[in-house]
Amino acid sequence: MLPKDQLAVVIKDKFPDSFLEITDFRDMLTIHIRGAKVLDLLRTLKTDPRFAFNFLADITAVDHLGTGGHARFAVVYHLLNQYEAQRIVIRAWVDEEHPSLPSVCPLWKTADWQEREVYDLFGIEFSGHPDLRRIMNPDDFQYHPLRKDYPLQGRGERSNFPVIKRCIGSKWQEEKSLE
Amino acid sequence: MTLEAKELSTEKLVLNFGPSHPATHGTLRVVMEIDGEVVTKVTPEIGFLHCGFEKLGEHLDYNQYITVTDRMNYLSPMCNNVAFALAAEKLLDIEVPRRARYIRVFMCELSRIADHVLQIGMQAVDIGAFTVFLYGFRLRERIYDLFELACGARLTTSYTRVGGLMRDLPDTFIPAARELLDRVPATIKEIDGLLTHNRIWLDRTRDIGAISHDDAISYGLTGPVARASGVDYDLRVKEPYSSYEDFDFDVIIGKNGDVYDRYLVRLNEIQESMKICRQVLEKLPGGPVNVDADSKYILPPRDEMLNSIEGLIHHFMITMENRGLTPPVGEAYVPTESPNGELGYFLVSDGGREPYRVRTRPPSLINYSAFPAMMENMTVSDTVAILGSLNVIAGELDR
Repeated sequence: MLPKDQLAVVIKDKFPDSFLEITDFRDMLTIHIRGAKVLDLLRTLKTDPRFAFNFLADITAVDHLGTGGHARFAVVYHLLNQYEAQRIVIRAWVDEEHPSLPSVCPLWKTADWQEREVYDLFGIEFSGHPDLRRIMNPDDFQYHPLRKDYPLQGRGERSNFPVIKRCIGSKWQEEKSLE
Repeated sequence: MTLEAKELSTEKLVLNFGPSHPATHGTLRVVMEIDGEVVTKVTPEIGFLHCGFEKLGEHLDYNQYITVTDRMNYLSPMCNNVAFALAAEKLLDIEVPRRARYIRVFMCELSRIADHVLQIGMQAVDIGAFTVFLYGFRLRERIYDLFELACGARLTTSYTRVGGLMRDLPDTFIPAARELLDRVPATIKEIDGLLTHNRIWLDRTRDIGAISHDDAISYGLTGPVARASGVDYDLRVKEPYSSYEDFDFDVIIGKNGDVYDRYLVRLNEIQESMKICRQVLEKLPGGPVNVDADSKYILPPRDEMLNSIEGLIHHFMITMENRGLTPPVGEAYVPTESPNGELGYFLVSDGGREPYRVRTRPPSLINYSAFPAMMENMTVSDTVAILGSLNVIAGELDR
């Protein structure tokens, strides 16, 4: 893999409008880019022999509500070059109003479920995804629970659970006589 | 009354498998479209055990979250503890003493043995051989006895702390560990004798659920499932963490990527894990298992806390609500080789005592996402064989 400063130059040349910055924290190199160009960037990183990041380890997202950043959401891609055991992180920033960015399913099949998970928990849409459905929560669930404005206790889902009364034998007789 | 074959009308049936089925080992649901005995389309549905661990992590501090990691992959909780502690230590930029690193390696490898014997046993139960499970479970119980000796718990171990371990090993641990390691070869031999050349086992596992090398990479497969397909990538060797570079062992690679190769990879990995464990016991250095208490990353020794004002303040600094470990703003990810594959915690810190975001890279979820591809042209009875070989743990799958 190219050293950090050269990498920054190469990426900046290729994506002059979308490139934001490169950060390096605790040996973890992170490329920040605007969401719309993420598919092109990942395709470059995968196919260009100078990078050869052949393995997509993980897709996740971070909600930067209140901490600042380039936009509200950052979709985080962990790439791995299995030939040289090198890792790189891509942070694709997307806005709050229309959280949408291109799906990377054409490059890696593993993106299918992982993007569904990000969609379910953060409400970020992936255009071009073959089957964008909720994966963890029920299909009729209204919210996106990993967003920072969603409370830990939920929004009434638990208190609205239907409660089934379980009692048998003499207890059941008592309950019945009370009714 | 003769009926020509072409006159027989066939139709596709939809078969529902799970979510509560003895062979799913957890709450998995698979909707299969079957044509006779052949499965034509598979739609897995997950999320029945979704408990919001990642959301919970944003409201617990770094040491508290270690107890939650136990509940993810409950077949190898030690590996989860270690993975989380490594990520938090990277975020805080601290290095634990050599003894702690070695003990962590030892615990991880014991977990791997326990996980693999149980996986092989459960898979054998699913496809009709019960005895293997008993032999495997017997060894697993012994391993859990060792965990109990080290940390007081068998399943929810929570053995690591950010900056070291909960406590040092007791004196009785090393002899007990040596005795256990002497038992492992016998169990391997028993499993090997019962399954490897077993005609029924071969028929049920060979060429079943095969996935090619390129597909394995595309699907993001890691761990024994990927290595069975010939992907030569073991994080312990390629990106060593926690002093794995000090130990000498082989990476087991399969060829065909079918259920049988996964079984062989796992069986041989038990052997390699045993080798690592023996080396750890030989090389285990003395010294502390925690970083220096003055660094204010770990709790002070108990008697210091009870008998001196400085110790009490130190204890207070770490445990009280508005104090504790506060890493700098940033993020860290440490990939580790859990028994199922690459397990890593992606921690984002905003400078507070609670992580801003805790992401688990779940090997179970990502390995399971290749399940529909493995099920192509398989029969209904192969479903359980393939499911078993993926070793999907629902706690980690849904989190």
